[in-house]
Amino acid sequence: MPVTVKTFASSGEAASALSSDRSARYLGGGTLVMRALNEGDVSISTVVRATDRALMRIDISSSRITIGAGVTFAKILAERELAFLHAPARSIGGPAVRNMGTVGGNLFAPNPYGDFTVVLLALDATVSVQGGLGARDMGIEEFLQSRERQSGALVLAVSCQRPASADAFRYRKIARIKPKGGSVITLAAHLPVSGGRVSGARIALGSMAATQIRARAAERALEGRVLDDAAISAAAAVAAEGVSPTDNALGSAWYRREIVGVHLRRLLSGLE
Amino acid sequence: MTKTPLQFRHNGRDVALFVDGGVNLLVALRELIGDMTPKFGCGQGGCGACSVLIDGELHLSCLTLAETVNGRSVETLDGLKEGPNLHPLQRAFMEQFAAQCGYCTPGMLMAAKALLDRNPSPTRAEVVEAISGNICRCTGYEPIINAILAAASGGRARA
Repeated sequence: MPVTVKTFASSGEAASALSSDRSARYLGGGTLVMRALNEGDVSISTVVRATDRALMRIDISSSRITIGAGVTFAKILAERELAFLHAPARSIGGPAVRNMGTVGGNLFAPNPYGDFTVVLLALDATVSVQGGLGARDMGIEEFLQSRERQSGALVLAVSCQRPASADAFRYRKIARIKPKGGSVITLAAHLPVSGGRVSGARIALGSMAATQIRARAAERALEGRVLDDAAISAAAAVAAEGVSPTDNALGSAWYRREIVGVHLRRLLSGLE
Repeated sequence: MTKTPLQFRHNGRDVALFVDGGVNLLVALRELIGDMTPKFGCGQGGCGACSVLIDGELHLSCLTLAETVNGRSVETLDGLKEGPNLHPLQRAFMEQFAAQCGYCTPGMLMAAKALLDRNPSPTRAEVVEAISGNICRCTGYEPIINAILAAASGGRARA
């Protein structure tokens, strides 16, 4: 069924168009919306686009980095200053998908996708959203909890602090098809260390609930401890607390619960 | 529903057409221009059979809204050969038996061209990575990887 395509020069105009039409969807790289149209999704009658260059901007001038929602994973891979994000960006799709898929779109990608959002959750990112009434920043957890209601708003950018060190950020994606493929489980951890002890750990999981979630029990198990075998075992033992995975073709919910601790242990141990 | 005018370069030739809203580039190429080289596989971005180059960058035409290529350059397998002369990649695919049923071949060739255009001497790992978004259910990939490496070492693929 033909849809109406509306293209705007500014993100503000695009946000207004998006918020005033419940059947409108924002088209970023196309990997989600075009797929829905190809599959005959009749709930979409209008496609909204913005050519605003601000959506393509990466700001790495300070310890806090800001990535425009329209930035593709290929562009992240081309940015040497964002080396800590290269492993997650490279784990998404093949080269063509990485040339198309965007950081903003990944926030809306359902299981078994959305790997980059797992990273953003571990890094406690802020999501800048423009709705019909103006722009506002919200924490990524608040964003994810209200994701279903955010489809009428336009994501402008995401921002987060750089990890304190290269070793403080870990990422691991379990997929059946390598180097690409949907996720069985995706794990990311930010492990700041103060005085030799973990302080403020954040561990995020993908494909373990309806949206990306934090492994809070595992975070608590690491807090204030040296990252040694005992602490890692304590975190791995409670990795499945609070998760609610579902069955899909890549793995059953039971399997995911069984292996999440194994992969968390490997992530925290720095094993490949 | 009104149609949208669209102009772009298709394998070095200017084309102008009208498209329905929401039509993807693959449909525009196959049904409106008659270039049947890009194939429809999954429509989800999972198989790579529809791969084309947009401004030299590998894209999936089935996930590309047709009107987003307005004013841009689109290259498909149809533009790879020069008159009767096959592209070095096409020759290598023939010589290495890299095509069986052939359905993935147009996408594989465009993914390979995207690689060799920016990296004329790739390693085997880089070739594997470059075609990781393209599924082949016949060959087991080895002849395809060997063909791309042979084309790379047998002379620079023309830009």
